[in-house]
Amino acid sequence: MDSGDASGYSAGVDDDYESLLSTTDAELLKRAWRNEKAAPEILQFEAALVQRSREQIQLMEETVEEFSKNGVDPLTVSLYQMDLDRTLFLLRSYLRTRLQKIENYAFHIQKTTDLWNRLSKQEQNFAERCVDDMEQHLDQSVLSKLPQGFKSHLKQSSLSLADDMVPEPQLDQYVICRSKRFLGAFQLDDSGEEPVNIEANDLYALPYKSIKPLVESGQIDLV
Amino acid sequence: MGSQSDPHAFAFSAAELEFLAEDETVEIVPNMRLEPLHLISGDFGPFRPQIATQVPLWLAVALKKRGKCTIRPPEWMSVEKLTQVLEAERDSEKFQSLPFHYVEISRLLFDHAREDIPDIYMVRSLIEDIKDVRFHKIGTGLEIISKEVTYALRLKNLSAMEANIVRPFVTQALQTFHKLNTSEAIPESGSIPSRQRQPVNQRDKRVLKGR
Repeated sequence: MDSGDASGYSAGVDDDYESLLSTTDAELLKRAWRNEKAAPEILQFEAALVQRSREQIQLMEETVEEFSKNGVDPLTVSLYQMDLDRTLFLLRSYLRTRLQKIENYAFHIQKTTDLWNRLSKQEQNFAERCVDDMEQHLDQSVLSKLPQGFKSHLKQSSLSLADDMVPEPQLDQYVICRSKRFLGAFQLDDSGEEPVNIEANDLYALPYKSIKPLVESGQIDLV
Repeated sequence: MGSQSDPHAFAFSAAELEFLAEDETVEIVPNMRLEPLHLISGDFGPFRPQIATQVPLWLAVALKKRGKCTIRPPEWMSVEKLTQVLEAERDSEKFQSLPFHYVEISRLLFDHAREDIPDIYMVRSLIEDIKDVRFHKIGTGLEIISKEVTYALRLKNLSAMEANIVRPFVTQALQTFHKLNTSEAIPESGSIPSRQRQPVNQRDKRVLKGR
């Protein structure tokens, strides 16, 4: 997992390309799962990766079935099955983590184009249903009984300028992260704080907001 | 307010950390023949009696449970190495370098491969001691955070389990410091601080979240 970090050179494009080639989908899926679990907001859906993982899982399921039909020894079959189960777990947990975030922040995601575009088609459908149900529920149980001007599920009162009743993920939340290679001095935010030196394979607690671009570009992993 | 900030939603459970640790490789010595396995997580084998090979921990444990191999404990799990680490750990304020999943790996091996580990009682108590010393350091380290205002915290050599345990507290503390500090710098932001201070508790948030 932590191989080939000895070189402390700056992160070049070739480097990235190489590490991409040498990383298996299983590794990538694990990384996507970890990042998704640790990030406060929903990340870009890994469409291609999920697609490939699905295909691999299906292929493996067929292989296992064939094995047990052809009387391959039970040990081998069970090992393949275990490997399959592990991958299935990762994929399911990845998708579930996302669904949970969508549930929590449905209103916010729906009205933020950038976030909305991070969802897969199915997730968008899910989010829409969530929003509808939530709206209906809030309306039936509380909002319809409130005086005029307090009936919105987005605003505290009609006087509010912004949608101040929509839960949003806290992007200034701190996360624990690790880089595979030396990233050098890194400016946290514009507060004039001293930059942080990010060394390879060390853990750092940093505000999610400030390392967000690095997470998105895959230079830093959340742990 | 630190502890209720839904540690479950954003941290990993112990079982999930163990799951991750199970992908670390160990060396096994099979006692049977088996053709190479082409798994989703990689290709392993072929397995030949008495010929050592590298496999992920989950595979090693699965074979071990069926009595098909012995597991060679990793190098760092020897009495000699661990004694060194423990001493260094006691002498220095820094955390010594141990595998990221040392807690989980040692635990899995103690549970499933006890007879493969030489001096198991010694190894076990050494690891326990190391864990204790390190947790104590984490405790004192946390006091330091409260004295110096920091925006970034380097957790050098902290293991997965340790990082996960301090996560709810450390992340909350840093975030709170950060907020207090920025609101000090911009006093004219009026009424916002009191509303924004709400912890990330999901249920409260609907009603109370500012902005």
